[in-house]
Amino acid sequence: MALWLFVFLAVISLVSALGVIVQRNPVHCLLALVLTILALAVLFIALDATVVGFLQIIVYAGAIMVLFLFVIWLLNLQAETGPTGSLALKFFGTIASAALVAELWSFLLRPHLKVKYVGESASYGTLGALSQKLFTDYLIAFEATSILLLAAIVGAVALARRAPGQRDSRQGSLP
Amino acid sequence: MINFSQINLVWLPVLPLVVIATAAMVVLLVGVRVDDEESDGLGWLALASIVIALVLALGIFGQSGIAFAGAIAIDSFSAFFELSILIAAALTVLMSLDYADEHRLPGAEYYSLLLFSVLGMMLMATASDLIVIFIGLETMSLAVYVLAGLLRRDPRSSEAAIKYFLLGAFSTGFLLYGIALIYGATGTIKLVAIHAALTGPLLSNPLLLLGLGLMLIGFGFKVAAVPFHMWTPDVYEGAPTPITAFMAVGVKIAAFAGFLRVFMVQLGPASAAWTDVMWAISALTMTVGNMLAIVQSNIKRMLAYSAIAHAGYILVALTAGGPQAGGAILYYLLGYAFTNLGAFAVVVALERRGAAGDQIADYRGLATRQPLMAAAMAIFLLSLLGIPPLVGFVGKFYLFNAAVHRGFVGLVVIGVLNSAASAYYYLSVVVAMYMQEGGFLEETRRSRPALVAAIAIALIGTVLIGIYPEPYFTAAGNAYQSAMSPEEVHAATAMAP
Repeated sequence: MALWLFVFLAVISLVSALGVIVQRNPVHCLLALVLTILALAVLFIALDATVVGFLQIIVYAGAIMVLFLFVIWLLNLQAETGPTGSLALKFFGTIASAALVAELWSFLLRPHLKVKYVGESASYGTLGALSQKLFTDYLIAFEATSILLLAAIVGAVALARRAPGQRDSRQGSLP
Repeated sequence: MINFSQINLVWLPVLPLVVIATAAMVVLLVGVRVDDEESDGLGWLALASIVIALVLALGIFGQSGIAFAGAIAIDSFSAFFELSILIAAALTVLMSLDYADEHRLPGAEYYSLLLFSVLGMMLMATASDLIVIFIGLETMSLAVYVLAGLLRRDPRSSEAAIKYFLLGAFSTGFLLYGIALIYGATGTIKLVAIHAALTGPLLSNPLLLLGLGLMLIGFGFKVAAVPFHMWTPDVYEGAPTPITAFMAVGVKIAAFAGFLRVFMVQLGPASAAWTDVMWAISALTMTVGNMLAIVQSNIKRMLAYSAIAHAGYILVALTAGGPQAGGAILYYLLGYAFTNLGAFAVVVALERRGAAGDQIADYRGLATRQPLMAAAMAIFLLSLLGIPPLVGFVGKFYLFNAAVHRGFVGLVVIGVLNSAASAYYYLSVVVAMYMQEGGFLEETRRSRPALVAAIAIALIGTVLIGIYPEPYFTAAGNAYQSAMSPEEVHAATAMAP
């Protein structure tokens, strides 16, 4: 990846990530988050991780963002007034993020991480290579995951649907 | 092009899993057309699939190998655990048939989630790589979180579900982080490859040790070991009683299956790193479980703490390690399934809608009102206490015997003392049933043959496996041995009749 491309994308993703946390209007935060995710997706694609890049766009920038938007609308969130979070939360939050930065820094300074390529085949990161792994080595895990998701959906519906006794009382209160 | 021969598809041994998965989806599809009040048919459908899977699982006995590129272990170890899990599931369905009707639980969701969680448990028992163990655990847990909260009109049930879900999700995070660190240390998620990699300097690798610790926390939560037991009493009290029974037995068996396969079988070479920690956890679990059980007045909470104590007894053998201990744990879990499910079935039979009947005081004078029910409950409690010749005694004897052979005399002394202390709360129920008057008058209801059948089967298991333990104990020992040296199963040999 060219250096100018990396710097360009890095600046975009960092600035928009800052935008997510400093803006007051939740919808503006969300739009900044979409920009962050798009910049990261291009970074992934530039690193030959094509599938991960596109999944990032389809799943995160697409589906999950729409979900967030729905939540914001459903809860009717307004622009925040005043600072949120207790002092202790901010204190420990600062410590935790400082620890994370220190950890990343110490890992990045390790010499073994400066290896450029790990001898993967030319198809590394493509959809074909990924699906071949999924349907051979990880077949059981793949199938089991689909069952897991089905169980989660059934569970969510079972808990969210109206209980038999509540049929009449709750109908009026729903929007 | 994709080379399909490298997948090593071996269908026959995974058929029990396929049957349960298919049945769960069929129950869901059929259930759409069925009213909540008429869910009996769905229950019988679930029961039929469990029985079919049980027969198919018998066919796995005697094999020893791994398949699906190392994701699935096909050995007597998985077969033994699958059988225990399926027996627990079958008894749970028998208990649920009338309960679901009376409490108007949504049948399609109830039975399909039950089957999904059974599938997750069986996956945990057969998994041979960390990813599949994790997915199995999640499938099981997600389904059980929801099942715990299905009594929608009872706030205690919702509390149980949300508590179990939040703490469970938290503990799953520990497990997953542990798996990630072990992958980082060894470069593989296949248990057999991890076993082979555990030599020399890797054994003191901080990443590996941290990963082991985090996985220990994850499994400790699922088996309700102290200090990861806080959720147990509230969740057990609030959940629908058949689900409580299923959690106390099924979830515990499956969690121990994963625990055993990961820690005793495959991480055995690293046992020096965790034996001391496990020693302390085991001693704490037994002591705290028994001490807190003594002060309970609600029978479901009492049985919850008793379940914690029993996890402690099993951890004694897990701490000791070795093939003898492995066989003892498998045998103990099988016996525990019958005994504990039986005790919970009696609780289901006696409790009344609106929470009456789950206090120990309600059991006063039961022997005069319902002598058979009281006798059954007494036998289950005496087995949990460990009175010969019932299965609880034999199982505990094997566990402690194995630990003594490995030199863990101190831990066994703690275990035996705890066992003696547990007599107080088990016998207090028996005393209430036989020697006190009062209690409350149970509703005289229509006969419930399925529930009675569940109690009868549990009773037969408790007595039979206790009086004549030899074949079961031998099978358990062989099952544990079969997990020790797996080889790749080839389609040709596994498919042969």
